[in-house]
Amino acid sequence: MTAALQVSNLETHFFTRAGVVKAVDGVSFSIARGEVLGLVGESGSGKTLTALSILGLVDPPGKIVAGSIRLGDEELTGLSERSWRAIRGKRIAMIFQDPMMTLNPVLRIETQMIEAVLAHAVMSKDNARQRCREALARVGIPSPDERLTAYPHQFSGGMRQRVAIAIALLHSPDVLIADEPTTALDVTIQAQIVAEVQKLAAATGTAILWVTHDLAVVSGLSDRLAVMYAGRIVEEGPTTEVLARPAHPYTQGLLRSLPVNNQRGRRLNQIPGSTPSLLRLPPGCPFAPRCEARQEDCVSTRPPESQHGTERRLRCFHPLGEVSP
Amino acid sequence: MAGSLERGAGAAEPVPAVESPFRRFAADYSANGIALAALLTVVVLALLAILAPWIAPQNPYDLTQISIFDNMLSPSERSLEGKLFLLGTDDQGRDMLSAMIYGLKLSLFVGAASTAIALAVGVSLGVVAAYFGGLIDSVIMRLVDLQLSFPAILIALILLALLGKGVDKVILALTLVQWAYYARTVRGNALVERRREYIEAAHCLALPRRRIIFRHLLPNCMAPLIVVATVQVAHAISLEATLSFLGVGVPITEPSLGLLIANGYKYILSGKYWVSFFPGLLLLATILSINLVGDHLRDLLNPRLKR
Amino acid sequence: MLAFVLRRLGQSAFVIVAMAALVFLSVYAIGNPIDILLAPDADQQERAAAIARLGLDRPLWQQFLTFLVNLAQGDLGKSFVFGSDAVSLILARLPATLELALVALVLAIVAGIPLGILAGLRSDGWIGRGVMTGSIVGFSLPNFWLGIMMILLFAVELKWLPAGGRGATGTFLGLQFSLLDPAGWPNLLMPALTLAIYKVSLVIRLAYAGTREAMLQDYVRFARAKGLSPARIIGVHVLKNILIPIVTVLGLELGSMIAFAVVTETVFAWPGVGKLLIDSIARLDRPVIVAYLIIVVGMFTLINLAVDILYSILDPRVRLADGGH
Repeated sequence: MTAALQVSNLETHFFTRAGVVKAVDGVSFSIARGEVLGLVGESGSGKTLTALSILGLVDPPGKIVAGSIRLGDEELTGLSERSWRAIRGKRIAMIFQDPMMTLNPVLRIETQMIEAVLAHAVMSKDNARQRCREALARVGIPSPDERLTAYPHQFSGGMRQRVAIAIALLHSPDVLIADEPTTALDVTIQAQIVAEVQKLAAATGTAILWVTHDLAVVSGLSDRLAVMYAGRIVEEGPTTEVLARPAHPYTQGLLRSLPVNNQRGRRLNQIPGSTPSLLRLPPGCPFAPRCEARQEDCVSTRPPESQHGTERRLRCFHPLGEVSP
Repeated sequence: MAGSLERGAGAAEPVPAVESPFRRFAADYSANGIALAALLTVVVLALLAILAPWIAPQNPYDLTQISIFDNMLSPSERSLEGKLFLLGTDDQGRDMLSAMIYGLKLSLFVGAASTAIALAVGVSLGVVAAYFGGLIDSVIMRLVDLQLSFPAILIALILLALLGKGVDKVILALTLVQWAYYARTVRGNALVERRREYIEAAHCLALPRRRIIFRHLLPNCMAPLIVVATVQVAHAISLEATLSFLGVGVPITEPSLGLLIANGYKYILSGKYWVSFFPGLLLLATILSINLVGDHLRDLLNPRLKR
Repeated sequence: MLAFVLRRLGQSAFVIVAMAALVFLSVYAIGNPIDILLAPDADQQERAAAIARLGLDRPLWQQFLTFLVNLAQGDLGKSFVFGSDAVSLILARLPATLELALVALVLAIVAGIPLGILAGLRSDGWIGRGVMTGSIVGFSLPNFWLGIMMILLFAVELKWLPAGGRGATGTFLGLQFSLLDPAGWPNLLMPALTLAIYKVSLVIRLAYAGTREAMLQDYVRFARAKGLSPARIIGVHVLKNILIPIVTVLGLELGSMIAFAVVTETVFAWPGVGKLLIDSIARLDRPVIVAYLIIVVGMFTLINLAVDILYSILDPRVRLADGGH
């Protein structure tokens, strides 16, 4: 069966005055129908840009320079802006990090929902409103009739994110991209939102790309995990496998720095150093300067992608332990 | 873990040569061609005004040098004695070029003087309002609000209608309509700066209040002030010209650019354009170049627009 | 909302009384009011009558009360030149000025908003830079000189438009309006354009800054992710947001336009209150000057009040914050 979304060797570069920033530098992954893929990385690792590339929302000076994005059987790279617009919001939808910012503060919820319906469907305004009402009810917003005529600032953060999710799922998209949708929310609300998205996506068979810097959030949510560093995916595999036996030192570093894996009273483990400048990447593995297991070849040569078994992929010369199939 | 503290090749960036902030600013400023040209224009115009007595072909205020028989000569026309008037003459027989250079001198002087006085008054009141707060702040800021809720042109017009004409009175009127802008700008910035640690540190050192205000607080509010003051000089020059055009500004014996334009106004319908046209062009060039400098300074000094 | 309006009304009343006090002080306390309010050739009997009417033999605070009572009755003395009531003189000329200012305001909006948005969307291109440099030229043009040059070009050289005067007018509710008679439009065009040019530049800058800011907001990105057309995003999402500051500033600028009409009316011999003021200043017709001040100040105060209320209607956040929700 074909994947819902298949991204291969995607390269999105920024052409700035200071030079070319290779923000996405050869990213490949695929998501099946109904599957949840967690894309994890620090800020600046290129994960959000990967997401925006899939929606064709990369603005100049950024540009997709190579690779392919296949939605079902359709190739998206090279599409005209018009065709891409027909896909955005209908077949691929996206929700963003800060629900305070994603809804226009001066427009009623109703206006912002109905326009999303009418962008992809021909129907009367009344029918569109009916559909919005149902969508709000589906994401658990009480008395949707009243709430439709309200303005965003009259909602709490969690409610706003529910509205955003309702908008994203209006057209039962093939793929939903969630860019850190719970980061700005309280922990209890986070769990609710995660459960909500999971439930709704399962009902419609929507594939989900869940972008986050927080391993804890995706660990209970995603089927598979892809870890991104400096514009590339350095490790990918089933979530349980990767969490139990991380093969890349970076993944291990991320896991060690989780508060649950630390003891009270001791300093949190952290990965020393910071993400490298994407303008001047070292010739070898970009993680090498921060890596404990670094050896000669890491500094001189960029590790290629290696396949381990059917499920796991890795970019590392010296994986930790035995990479299980 | 000690080994991993070494930075990789990618992190090693060349250390830039140390340069003074002023040099860096000058380099940033010069990167914009239009702004550089505007700055040069301002400098040239200022020099022209300062050196007016040595540059102008005649002294337009000296009646012995003017002959009424030369009146309303069109540009490049020669008088009966063969004197060349590059930009023509006005209805008194004055050489337009000379009158414009002297007019520019007066316009720039009025603009700069009123801005300087207003700056001193406004900044003092603004800093005092911000530093002391409370009732003093409320009184000063209500005054500022009241002042700013009425158009400058109207206040200046009425004031001059009451006071009468005169260069000193125009400067007074322009000062009165400007000070509130500086007071508001300084107060806004000072309120932010006041809470910074270096002011607290100065307090802890028990430095005298005056020293804290003028040596510590004020220098850190300068950037927006420079921008406002630059734009205000242009505004003051424009306002002076307008007031003089309306007949309440400078006296007829010392025509500014605005008054020169007003003199030419009555000849427009007969197509004698030069008496109004050339002074206006010079006025536009002056205001425009100052505004362009101000606009570019605003972009450079605004941290939000920094790339 | 009601509490908000009442509070603003109170502030407005304070401003009017404060201004009346200022005018009163400058006329009564500094100069000799008899010299100011009575024609220089008035005889002894007229002086005595005026002193009695104005109560000049009584203490200052009683005089102020008399002044306020007269003010409330619309009695600010008679014009020396016209011999008629100063207030009615001003009111008769007011429609011409208001019409000029409103037409200029509409011109500023119609020209300024599209140009500013365009420049904001293309801020790095030559269109954006061109429009913004043009707006600085607009700021710098001495208004009266621009008017004179337009007369020179369009009236003297090309003979397309009349050099001045109001021309034909139509009557509505007993008032004369140039807009009502197409034959009067040529007379209105140049003065309105001259008066508008500064505000066009202002609107361009506001729209430019607002558009640049809005385009970086997440709600624009989310709107794009919904698959909306650029026309809808700019025409609804961006426009509604930038309209708030523009309406606020323009409302306040309406007052400055009425004041600046003094210049335009002088250049084009437009028979409004501005021309009347300049003529009165030249002829030392002080009752008219005083009446102009009081009426125009009162109008400013009303305009400021109206703008505040309009602002609270436009921006839902302000409206509700003040409504006590």
